[in-house]
Amino acid sequence: MPQVTPAMELNVETAGALTRNVQPLLHEIRHALARLLDEGGQTVIDLRSLPLAPGEEQQLLDELGQGEVYARLHALGPTEIIESRYPGVWIVVHFNSSDEVIGKFIEICEVPNLLCSQQQDIQQGLEELQAQLPVVTN
Amino acid sequence: MSKGETLGEALRRQGITRRGFLKFCAATASMMALPPSMVPAIAAALEKAMRPSVIWLSFQECTGCTESLTRSHSPTVEGLIFDTISLDYHHTLQAASGAAAEAAREAAMEENYGKYILVVDGSIPIANPGYSTIAGISNESMLRDTAKGAAAIVSVGTCAAYGGIPKAKPNPTGAVAVSDIIKDKPIINVPGCPPIPVVITGVLAHFLTFGSIPELDALGRPKAYYGQSIHDRCYRRPFYDKGLFANTFDDEGAKKGWCLYKLGCKGPTTYNACATTKWNEGISFPIEAGHPCLGCSEPGFWDGGGFYKALSMPTEDITEAAVYAVGAGAAAGVALGTINRATKARATKAHEKVTINDLEKVADDD
Repeated sequence: MPQVTPAMELNVETAGALTRNVQPLLHEIRHALARLLDEGGQTVIDLRSLPLAPGEEQQLLDELGQGEVYARLHALGPTEIIESRYPGVWIVVHFNSSDEVIGKFIEICEVPNLLCSQQQDIQQGLEELQAQLPVVTN
Repeated sequence: MSKGETLGEALRRQGITRRGFLKFCAATASMMALPPSMVPAIAAALEKAMRPSVIWLSFQECTGCTESLTRSHSPTVEGLIFDTISLDYHHTLQAASGAAAEAAREAAMEENYGKYILVVDGSIPIANPGYSTIAGISNESMLRDTAKGAAAIVSVGTCAAYGGIPKAKPNPTGAVAVSDIIKDKPIINVPGCPPIPVVITGVLAHFLTFGSIPELDALGRPKAYYGQSIHDRCYRRPFYDKGLFANTFDDEGAKKGWCLYKLGCKGPTTYNACATTKWNEGISFPIEAGHPCLGCSEPGFWDGGGFYKALSMPTEDITEAAVYAVGAGAAAGVALGTINRATKARATKAHEKVTINDLEKVADDD
Protein backbone atom coordinates (compact mmCIF):
# COMPACT_ATOMS: atom_id res chain seq x y z
CA MET A 1 0.00 0.00 0.00
CA PRO A 2 1.56 3.37 -0.95
CA GLN A 3 2.48 5.43 2.07
CA VAL A 4 1.69 9.11 1.75
CA THR A 5 3.63 11.21 4.22
CA PRO A 6 1.56 14.24 5.19
CA ALA A 7 3.78 17.16 4.30
CA MET A 8 3.00 19.23 7.36
CA GLU A 9 3.68 16.46 9.82
CA LEU A 10 7.33 17.45 9.71
CA ASN A 11 6.62 21.06 10.63
CA VAL A 12 3.73 20.77 13.03
CA GLU A 13 5.12 19.11 16.12
CA THR A 14 1.95 18.31 17.97
CA ALA A 15 -0.35 17.74 15.04
CA GLY A 16 -0.16 13.96 15.42
CA ALA A 17 -3.16 13.32 17.62
CA LEU A 18 -5.15 16.52 17.46
CA THR A 19 -8.67 15.51 16.57
CA ARG A 20 -8.52 12.43 18.77
CA ASN A 21 -10.79 10.78 16.24
CA VAL A 22 -8.70 7.61 15.99
CA GLN A 23 -9.95 6.05 19.23
CA PRO A 24 -13.66 6.73 18.54
CA LEU A 25 -13.18 5.29 15.04
CA LEU A 26 -11.65 2.13 16.49
CA HIS A 27 -14.61 1.85 18.84
CA GLU A 28 -17.00 2.32 15.90
CA ILE A 29 -15.18 -0.51 14.14
CA ARG A 30 -15.44 -2.65 17.30
CA HIS A 31 -19.22 -2.10 17.46
CA ALA A 32 -19.56 -2.87 13.75
CA LEU A 33 -17.56 -6.06 14.16
CA ALA A 34 -19.82 -7.19 17.01
CA ARG A 35 -22.87 -6.40 14.85
CA LEU A 36 -21.40 -8.44 11.99
CA LEU A 37 -21.00 -11.40 14.32
CA ASP A 38 -24.45 -11.11 15.92
CA GLU A 39 -26.65 -9.99 13.03
CA GLY A 40 -24.52 -10.33 9.92
CA GLY A 41 -24.87 -6.60 9.14
CA GLN A 42 -22.13 -4.97 7.06
CA THR A 43 -20.67 -1.50 7.72
CA VAL A 44 -18.70 0.79 5.44
CA ILE A 45 -16.83 3.87 6.74
CA ASP A 46 -15.74 6.51 4.21
CA LEU A 47 -12.46 7.93 5.51
CA ARG A 48 -12.82 11.04 3.37
CA SER A 49 -15.85 12.24 5.30
CA LEU A 50 -13.99 12.55 8.62
CA PRO A 51 -11.77 15.33 9.92
CA LEU A 52 -8.37 13.81 10.62
CA ALA A 53 -5.19 15.68 11.52
CA PRO A 54 -1.94 15.08 9.61
CA GLY A 55 -0.73 11.62 10.53
CA GLU A 56 -3.98 10.43 12.09
CA GLU A 57 -5.10 8.36 9.12
CA GLN A 58 -1.76 6.58 9.16
CA GLN A 59 -2.12 6.10 12.90
CA LEU A 60 -5.48 4.43 12.32
CA LEU A 61 -4.09 2.20 9.57
CA ASP A 62 -1.13 1.28 11.79
CA GLU A 63 -3.53 0.33 14.58
CA LEU A 64 -5.47 -1.90 12.18
CA GLY A 65 -2.31 -3.49 10.82
CA GLN A 66 -2.22 -6.11 8.09
CA GLY A 67 -3.70 -9.61 8.27
CA GLU A 68 -3.73 -12.64 6.04
CA VAL A 69 -5.26 -11.28 2.84
CA TYR A 70 -3.89 -8.77 0.36
CA ALA A 71 -5.70 -8.48 -2.96
CA ARG A 72 -5.20 -6.14 -5.88
CA LEU A 73 -7.93 -5.70 -8.47
CA HIS A 74 -7.68 -4.10 -11.87
CA ALA A 75 -11.05 -2.57 -12.71
CA LEU A 76 -11.07 1.06 -13.88
CA GLY A 77 -7.64 1.42 -12.28
CA PRO A 78 -6.25 -0.62 -9.39
CA THR A 79 -7.96 -1.26 -6.05
CA GLU A 80 -6.22 -2.63 -2.99
CA ILE A 81 -8.22 -4.75 -0.58
CA ILE A 82 -6.39 -5.63 2.61
CA GLU A 83 -7.70 -7.58 5.56
CA SER A 84 -6.51 -5.96 8.77
CA ARG A 85 -5.07 -7.89 11.67
CA TYR A 86 -8.68 -8.09 12.91
CA PRO A 87 -10.51 -10.61 10.71
CA GLY A 88 -13.62 -9.02 9.22
CA VAL A 89 -12.10 -5.52 9.12
CA TRP A 90 -10.95 -4.62 5.59
CA ILE A 91 -9.18 -1.59 4.20
CA VAL A 92 -10.27 -0.78 0.65
CA VAL A 93 -8.36 1.82 -1.37
CA HIS A 94 -9.48 2.74 -4.90
CA PHE A 95 -7.10 4.31 -7.40
CA ASN A 96 -7.91 5.71 -10.84
CA SER A 97 -5.97 4.80 -13.96
CA SER A 98 -3.38 7.48 -13.08
CA ASP A 99 -2.77 5.81 -9.69
CA GLU A 100 -4.40 8.69 -7.79
CA VAL A 101 -6.44 7.75 -4.73
CA ILE A 102 -10.16 8.24 -5.47
CA GLY A 103 -11.64 6.62 -2.38
CA LYS A 104 -10.57 5.10 0.91
CA PHE A 105 -12.93 2.96 2.97
CA ILE A 106 -12.95 0.66 5.96
CA GLU A 107 -15.38 -2.20 5.40
CA ILE A 108 -16.55 -4.47 8.18
CA CYS A 109 -17.82 -7.65 6.52
CA GLU A 110 -16.86 -11.26 5.79
CA VAL A 111 -15.54 -10.31 2.38
CA PRO A 112 -15.88 -6.99 0.51
CA ASN A 113 -18.47 -7.27 -2.24
CA LEU A 114 -15.99 -6.01 -4.82
CA LEU A 115 -13.88 -9.11 -4.31
CA CYS A 116 -16.78 -11.41 -5.23
CA SER A 117 -17.40 -12.22 -8.88
CA GLN A 118 -20.50 -10.32 -9.98
CA GLN A 119 -23.54 -12.06 -11.50
CA GLN A 120 -23.42 -9.99 -14.67
CA ASP A 121 -19.72 -10.72 -15.18
CA ILE A 122 -20.21 -14.44 -14.49
CA GLN A 123 -22.98 -14.52 -17.10
CA GLN A 124 -20.76 -12.84 -19.65
CA GLY A 125 -17.88 -15.19 -18.80
CA LEU A 126 -20.13 -18.19 -19.31
CA GLU A 127 -21.18 -16.93 -22.73
CA GLU A 128 -17.56 -16.37 -23.73
CA LEU A 129 -16.55 -19.85 -22.58
CA GLN A 130 -19.44 -21.41 -24.45
CA ALA A 131 -18.54 -19.54 -27.60
CA GLN A 132 -14.98 -20.75 -27.38
CA LEU A 133 -15.77 -24.46 -27.01
CA PRO A 134 -16.56 -26.63 -30.03
CA VAL A 135 -20.25 -27.30 -30.44
CA VAL A 136 -21.13 -30.78 -29.11
CA THR A 137 -23.87 -32.56 -30.99
CA ASN A 138 -25.43 -35.81 -29.85
CA MET B 1 -21.50 7.40 -25.17
CA SER B 2 -23.83 7.66 -28.12
CA LYS B 3 -27.28 9.23 -28.15
CA GLY B 4 -30.08 7.32 -26.46
CA GLU B 5 -27.64 5.05 -24.65
CA THR B 6 -27.68 4.76 -20.88
CA LEU B 7 -24.50 5.03 -18.83
CA GLY B 8 -24.71 1.32 -17.91
CA GLU B 9 -24.97 0.31 -21.57
CA ALA B 10 -22.13 2.63 -22.55
CA LEU B 11 -19.81 1.24 -19.87
CA ARG B 12 -20.57 -2.38 -20.84
CA ARG B 13 -19.94 -1.54 -24.49
CA GLN B 14 -16.54 -0.19 -23.47
CA GLY B 15 -15.75 -3.49 -21.73
CA ILE B 16 -16.13 -2.14 -18.17
CA THR B 17 -17.10 -5.02 -15.87
CA ARG B 18 -19.82 -4.90 -13.25
CA ARG B 19 -17.06 -4.86 -10.66
CA GLY B 20 -15.53 -1.78 -12.31
CA PHE B 21 -18.94 -0.14 -12.38
CA LEU B 22 -19.48 -0.79 -8.65
CA LYS B 23 -16.10 0.75 -7.92
CA PHE B 24 -17.08 3.79 -10.00
CA CYS B 25 -20.30 4.03 -7.94
CA ALA B 26 -18.41 3.79 -4.61
CA ALA B 27 -16.08 6.62 -5.67
CA THR B 28 -19.05 8.64 -6.94
CA ALA B 29 -20.92 8.23 -3.62
CA SER B 30 -17.83 9.43 -1.78
CA MET B 31 -17.52 12.34 -4.22
CA MET B 32 -21.16 13.32 -3.63
CA ALA B 33 -20.59 13.16 0.15
CA LEU B 34 -23.25 10.46 0.39
CA PRO B 35 -23.00 7.55 2.84
CA PRO B 36 -21.56 4.29 1.43
CA SER B 37 -24.91 2.62 2.14
CA MET B 38 -26.27 4.62 -0.83
CA VAL B 39 -24.00 2.81 -3.32
CA PRO B 40 -26.66 0.26 -4.48
CA ALA B 41 -29.16 3.10 -5.10
CA ILE B 42 -26.53 5.10 -6.97
CA ALA B 43 -25.61 2.03 -9.04
CA ALA B 44 -29.26 1.51 -9.98
CA ALA B 45 -29.72 5.18 -10.92
CA LEU B 46 -26.46 5.54 -12.84
CA GLU B 47 -27.16 2.33 -14.75
CA LYS B 48 -30.17 4.05 -16.29
CA ALA B 49 -28.78 7.61 -16.47
CA MET B 50 -28.80 9.35 -19.83
CA ARG B 51 -26.02 11.64 -20.94
CA PRO B 52 -26.88 15.25 -20.11
CA SER B 53 -25.76 18.13 -22.27
CA VAL B 54 -23.70 20.78 -20.50
CA ILE B 55 -23.12 24.32 -21.70
CA TRP B 56 -20.42 26.20 -19.83
CA LEU B 57 -20.28 30.00 -19.99
CA SER B 58 -17.27 31.95 -18.71
CA PHE B 59 -17.77 35.62 -17.95
CA GLN B 60 -15.66 37.95 -15.74
CA GLU B 61 -13.36 35.31 -14.27
CA CYS B 62 -9.74 34.23 -14.11
CA THR B 63 -10.20 30.64 -15.44
CA GLY B 64 -9.22 29.36 -11.98
CA CYS B 65 -12.50 27.44 -11.73
CA THR B 66 -11.89 25.64 -15.02
CA GLU B 67 -8.32 24.95 -13.89
CA SER B 68 -9.73 23.45 -10.71
CA LEU B 69 -12.25 21.28 -12.57
CA THR B 70 -9.76 19.95 -15.09
CA ARG B 71 -7.60 18.80 -12.18
CA SER B 72 -10.48 16.94 -10.60
CA HIS B 73 -9.50 13.30 -10.28
CA SER B 74 -12.57 11.55 -8.94
CA PRO B 75 -13.41 9.26 -10.63
CA THR B 76 -11.63 10.95 -13.54
CA VAL B 77 -12.73 14.20 -15.00
CA GLU B 78 -11.95 12.94 -18.48
CA GLY B 79 -14.37 10.09 -17.86
CA LEU B 80 -16.96 12.41 -16.41
CA ILE B 81 -16.74 14.94 -19.21
CA PHE B 82 -16.33 12.68 -22.19
CA ASP B 83 -18.25 9.59 -21.15
CA THR B 84 -20.87 10.81 -18.74
CA ILE B 85 -21.66 14.39 -19.67
CA SER B 86 -21.59 16.05 -23.03
CA LEU B 87 -19.71 19.32 -22.70
CA ASP B 88 -21.18 20.96 -25.77
CA TYR B 89 -19.81 24.43 -25.27
CA HIS B 90 -16.90 25.76 -23.20
CA HIS B 91 -15.16 28.51 -25.04
CA THR B 92 -11.95 28.23 -23.01
CA LEU B 93 -11.54 24.51 -23.67
CA GLN B 94 -13.01 24.10 -27.15
CA ALA B 95 -11.00 24.50 -30.31
CA ALA B 96 -13.67 26.43 -32.19
CA SER B 97 -14.06 30.14 -31.58
CA GLY B 98 -16.13 33.11 -32.63
CA ALA B 99 -19.13 32.39 -34.83
CA ALA B 100 -18.38 28.65 -35.08
CA ALA B 101 -18.36 28.28 -31.29
CA GLU B 102 -21.57 30.26 -30.92
CA ALA B 103 -23.18 28.07 -33.57
CA ALA B 104 -22.24 24.99 -31.48
CA ARG B 105 -23.84 26.58 -28.42
CA GLU B 106 -27.01 27.41 -30.28
CA ALA B 107 -27.19 23.90 -31.77
CA ALA B 108 -26.76 22.29 -28.34
CA MET B 109 -29.42 24.58 -26.89
CA GLU B 110 -31.90 23.77 -29.62
CA GLU B 111 -31.31 20.02 -29.47
CA ASN B 112 -31.57 19.78 -25.69
CA TYR B 113 -33.97 22.64 -24.99
CA GLY B 114 -35.33 22.44 -21.44
CA LYS B 115 -32.92 19.64 -20.50
CA TYR B 116 -29.35 20.94 -20.56
CA ILE B 117 -27.34 22.03 -17.54
CA LEU B 118 -25.93 25.53 -17.75
CA VAL B 119 -22.67 26.02 -15.87
CA VAL B 120 -21.52 29.60 -15.38
CA ASP B 121 -18.25 30.86 -13.98
CA GLY B 122 -17.50 34.54 -13.60
CA SER B 123 -19.66 37.53 -12.71
CA ILE B 124 -21.68 39.61 -15.13
CA PRO B 125 -20.97 43.35 -15.68
CA ILE B 126 -24.18 45.31 -15.95
CA ALA B 127 -22.86 48.87 -15.47
CA ASN B 128 -21.25 48.76 -18.90
CA PRO B 129 -21.67 45.52 -20.90
CA GLY B 130 -18.60 46.45 -22.92
CA TYR B 131 -16.35 45.33 -20.07
CA SER B 132 -16.86 41.68 -21.04
CA THR B 133 -18.19 40.30 -24.30
CA ILE B 134 -17.88 37.02 -26.18
CA ALA B 135 -18.08 37.06 -29.97
CA GLY B 136 -19.54 40.55 -29.63
CA ILE B 137 -22.35 39.35 -27.35
CA SER B 138 -22.61 40.92 -23.91
CA ASN B 139 -22.41 38.57 -20.91
CA GLU B 140 -25.85 39.55 -19.68
CA SER B 141 -27.46 38.92 -23.05
CA MET B 142 -25.72 35.54 -23.47
CA LEU B 143 -26.72 34.48 -19.94
CA ARG B 144 -30.37 35.44 -20.37
CA ASP B 145 -30.51 33.75 -23.77
CA THR B 146 -28.82 30.51 -22.66
CA ALA B 147 -30.66 30.29 -19.33
CA LYS B 148 -34.05 30.14 -21.07
CA GLY B 149 -33.73 26.50 -22.10
CA ALA B 150 -31.70 25.26 -19.11
CA ALA B 151 -33.04 22.64 -16.71
CA ALA B 152 -30.84 24.07 -13.97
CA ILE B 153 -27.95 26.47 -13.59
CA VAL B 154 -24.75 25.74 -11.68
CA SER B 155 -22.91 28.91 -10.64
CA VAL B 156 -19.35 27.71 -10.28
CA GLY B 157 -17.01 29.87 -8.21
CA THR B 158 -17.66 32.84 -5.95
CA CYS B 159 -17.79 35.27 -8.92
CA ALA B 160 -20.80 33.54 -10.53
CA ALA B 161 -22.39 32.73 -7.17
CA TYR B 162 -22.01 36.09 -5.41
CA GLY B 163 -20.14 38.54 -7.68
CA GLY B 164 -16.66 37.63 -6.41
CA ILE B 165 -13.52 39.68 -6.89
CA PRO B 166 -14.97 41.74 -9.78
CA LYS B 167 -17.67 42.92 -7.36
CA ALA B 168 -15.10 44.08 -4.78
CA LYS B 169 -15.22 47.77 -3.89
CA PRO B 170 -15.57 49.93 -5.87
CA ASN B 171 -16.99 47.38 -8.36
CA PRO B 172 -16.01 49.32 -11.48
CA THR B 173 -17.86 47.04 -13.90
CA GLY B 174 -21.08 46.82 -11.91
CA ALA B 175 -20.52 43.08 -11.48
CA VAL B 176 -23.43 40.96 -10.26
CA ALA B 177 -24.06 37.27 -9.61
CA VAL B 178 -26.06 34.93 -11.86
CA SER B 179 -28.86 34.86 -9.29
CA ASP B 180 -29.16 38.67 -9.51
CA ILE B 181 -30.21 38.32 -13.15
CA ILE B 182 -31.93 34.93 -13.48
CA LYS B 183 -34.92 34.49 -11.20
CA ASP B 184 -36.96 31.72 -12.80
CA LYS B 185 -34.56 28.75 -12.85
CA PRO B 186 -33.14 26.52 -10.12
CA ILE B 187 -29.63 27.81 -9.36
CA ILE B 188 -27.02 25.80 -7.48
CA ASN B 189 -24.22 27.94 -6.09
CA VAL B 190 -20.84 26.21 -5.89
CA PRO B 191 -18.73 29.04 -4.44
CA GLY B 192 -15.03 29.01 -3.68
CA CYS B 193 -12.08 30.77 -5.21
CA PRO B 194 -11.82 28.27 -6.79
CA PRO B 195 -14.28 25.62 -5.56
CA ILE B 196 -12.91 22.21 -4.59
CA PRO B 197 -12.78 20.18 -7.84
CA VAL B 198 -14.73 17.20 -6.53
CA VAL B 199 -17.46 19.55 -5.32
CA ILE B 200 -17.95 20.76 -8.91
CA THR B 201 -18.03 17.24 -10.32
CA GLY B 202 -20.03 15.99 -7.32
CA VAL B 203 -22.84 18.43 -8.10
CA LEU B 204 -22.87 17.37 -11.75
CA ALA B 205 -22.81 13.70 -10.67
CA HIS B 206 -25.73 14.33 -8.32
CA PHE B 207 -27.78 15.77 -11.15
CA LEU B 208 -26.84 12.85 -13.37
CA THR B 209 -27.66 10.27 -10.71
CA PHE B 210 -30.88 11.62 -9.30
CA GLY B 211 -32.04 13.97 -12.05
CA SER B 212 -32.65 16.64 -9.44
CA ILE B 213 -30.73 19.37 -7.69
CA PRO B 214 -29.22 18.62 -4.27
CA GLU B 215 -30.56 20.10 -1.04
CA LEU B 216 -29.37 23.71 -0.74
CA ASP B 217 -28.67 26.08 2.17
CA ALA B 218 -29.92 29.66 2.49
CA LEU B 219 -27.15 30.88 0.18
CA GLY B 220 -28.03 28.35 -2.52
CA ARG B 221 -25.12 25.98 -1.75
CA PRO B 222 -25.40 22.17 -1.62
CA LYS B 223 -25.62 21.22 2.05
CA ALA B 224 -23.62 18.05 1.48
CA TYR B 225 -20.50 20.17 0.96
CA TYR B 226 -21.32 23.49 2.60
CA GLY B 227 -23.33 22.24 5.56
CA GLN B 228 -20.65 22.71 8.17
CA SER B 229 -18.14 25.45 8.93
CA ILE B 230 -14.44 25.03 8.33
CA HIS B 231 -13.97 25.80 12.04
CA ASP B 232 -16.23 22.96 13.21
CA ARG B 233 -14.42 20.41 11.04
CA CYS B 234 -10.90 21.82 11.53
CA TYR B 235 -8.30 19.55 13.10
CA ARG B 236 -6.89 22.66 14.89
CA ARG B 237 -10.23 23.28 16.61
CA PRO B 238 -9.10 21.70 19.92
CA PHE B 239 -6.49 24.48 20.24
CA TYR B 240 -9.16 27.16 19.80
CA ASP B 241 -11.17 25.51 22.56
CA LYS B 242 -8.12 25.63 24.81
CA GLY B 243 -7.31 29.26 23.91
CA LEU B 244 -4.01 28.33 22.25
CA PHE B 245 -3.33 30.64 19.28
CA ALA B 246 -0.55 31.52 16.85
CA ASN B 247 -0.01 35.28 17.11
CA THR B 248 2.46 35.60 14.25
CA PHE B 249 3.43 33.32 11.39
CA ASP B 250 6.75 32.39 13.00
CA ASP B 251 6.08 32.25 16.73
CA GLU B 252 5.99 29.19 18.94
CA GLY B 253 2.22 28.82 18.46
CA ALA B 254 2.58 28.75 14.66
CA LYS B 255 5.33 26.14 14.90
CA LYS B 256 3.19 23.99 17.18
CA GLY B 257 0.24 24.16 14.80
CA TRP B 258 -2.06 26.12 17.12
CA CYS B 259 -5.28 27.83 16.04
CA LEU B 260 -4.94 30.61 13.42
CA TYR B 261 -7.95 32.63 14.60
CA LYS B 262 -5.89 35.63 15.69
CA LEU B 263 -4.07 35.66 12.35
CA GLY B 264 -7.39 36.32 10.65
CA CYS B 265 -8.72 32.81 10.03
CA LYS B 266 -12.29 33.05 8.67
CA GLY B 267 -12.98 29.37 9.43
CA PRO B 268 -15.71 30.15 11.99
CA THR B 269 -17.84 32.03 9.43
CA THR B 270 -16.96 29.99 6.35
CA TYR B 271 -18.94 27.01 5.10
CA ASN B 272 -17.06 24.66 2.79
CA ALA B 273 -15.67 21.12 2.60
CA CYS B 274 -11.93 22.01 2.66
CA ALA B 275 -11.31 20.60 6.16
CA THR B 276 -12.53 17.10 5.24
CA THR B 277 -12.40 16.73 1.45
CA LYS B 278 -9.18 18.75 1.30
CA TRP B 279 -7.18 19.61 -1.85
CA ASN B 280 -4.68 17.89 -4.13
CA GLU B 281 -6.02 14.35 -3.84
CA GLY B 282 -7.04 14.90 -0.25
CA ILE B 283 -3.52 15.74 0.91
CA SER B 284 -3.97 19.11 2.62
CA PHE B 285 -5.88 22.40 2.85
CA PRO B 286 -4.80 26.00 3.59
CA ILE B 287 -5.01 25.75 7.40
CA GLU B 288 -2.99 22.52 7.31
CA ALA B 289 -0.36 24.46 5.35
CA GLY B 290 -0.26 27.06 8.16
CA HIS B 291 -2.36 29.80 6.53
CA PRO B 292 -5.68 31.14 7.82
CA CYS B 293 -8.83 30.44 5.84
CA LEU B 294 -9.73 33.46 3.66
CA GLY B 295 -13.42 32.64 3.65
CA CYS B 296 -13.48 32.43 -0.15
CA SER B 297 -16.81 30.59 -0.34
CA GLU B 298 -18.72 33.37 1.42
CA PRO B 299 -20.38 36.40 -0.20
CA GLY B 300 -18.29 39.56 0.13
CA PHE B 301 -15.17 37.81 1.47
CA TRP B 302 -13.00 40.26 -0.50
CA ASP B 303 -14.37 43.26 1.43
CA GLY B 304 -14.30 41.62 4.85
CA GLY B 305 -11.76 44.06 6.23
CA GLY B 306 -8.47 42.22 5.68
CA PHE B 307 -7.45 38.60 5.42
CA TYR B 308 -5.14 38.87 8.44
CA LYS B 309 -7.47 40.65 10.84
CA ALA B 310 -9.16 38.47 13.42
CA LEU B 311 -12.91 38.13 12.92
CA SER B 312 -13.54 39.90 16.20
CA MET B 313 -11.82 43.06 15.01
CA PRO B 314 -13.71 45.90 13.37
CA THR B 315 -12.50 46.85 9.93
CA GLU B 316 -11.22 50.28 10.95
CA ASP B 317 -8.11 51.17 12.89
CA ILE B 318 -8.67 51.49 16.60
CA THR B 319 -6.13 51.81 19.37
CA GLU B 320 -3.72 48.93 19.63
CA ALA B 321 -4.70 48.26 23.24
CA ALA B 322 -8.33 47.88 22.29
CA VAL B 323 -7.42 45.51 19.46
CA TYR B 324 -5.60 43.18 21.82
CA ALA B 325 -8.43 43.42 24.31
CA VAL B 326 -10.86 42.36 21.59
CA GLY B 327 -8.62 39.53 20.39
CA ALA B 328 -8.26 38.11 23.88
CA GLY B 329 -11.89 38.84 24.70
CA ALA B 330 -13.15 36.88 21.70
CA ALA B 331 -11.06 33.89 22.67
CA ALA B 332 -12.73 33.86 26.03
CA GLY B 333 -16.15 34.39 24.49
CA VAL B 334 -16.50 38.01 25.58
CA ALA B 335 -18.27 40.47 23.27
CA LEU B 336 -16.97 43.80 22.06
CA GLY B 337 -17.76 45.43 25.37
CA THR B 338 -14.44 47.16 25.78
CA ILE B 339 -14.77 49.36 22.73
CA ASN B 340 -16.46 52.66 23.26
CA ARG B 341 -19.50 53.82 21.37
CA ALA B 342 -17.66 56.29 19.16
CA THR B 343 -15.18 53.67 18.00
CA LYS B 344 -18.00 51.31 17.15
CA ALA B 345 -19.72 54.00 15.14
CA ARG B 346 -16.49 54.64 13.21
CA ALA B 347 -16.08 50.92 12.62
CA THR B 348 -19.64 50.65 11.31
CA LYS B 349 -18.98 53.56 9.01
CA ALA B 350 -15.89 51.77 7.71
CA HIS B 351 -18.17 49.03 6.35
CA GLU B 352 -19.92 51.49 4.06
CA LYS B 353 -19.50 51.09 0.33
CA VAL B 354 -16.88 53.20 -1.39
CA THR B 355 -18.01 54.70 -4.66
CA ILE B 356 -15.87 55.71 -7.60
CA ASN B 357 -16.60 59.34 -6.64
CA ASP B 358 -15.07 58.77 -3.21
CA LEU B 359 -11.91 57.39 -4.77
CA GLU B 360 -11.66 60.29 -7.18
CA LYS B 361 -12.09 62.69 -4.27
CA VAL B 362 -9.22 61.02 -2.41
CA ALA B 363 -7.08 61.24 -5.53
CA ASP B 364 -7.91 64.95 -5.87
CA ASP B 365 -7.04 65.55 -2.21
CA ASP B 366 -3.65 63.92 -2.75
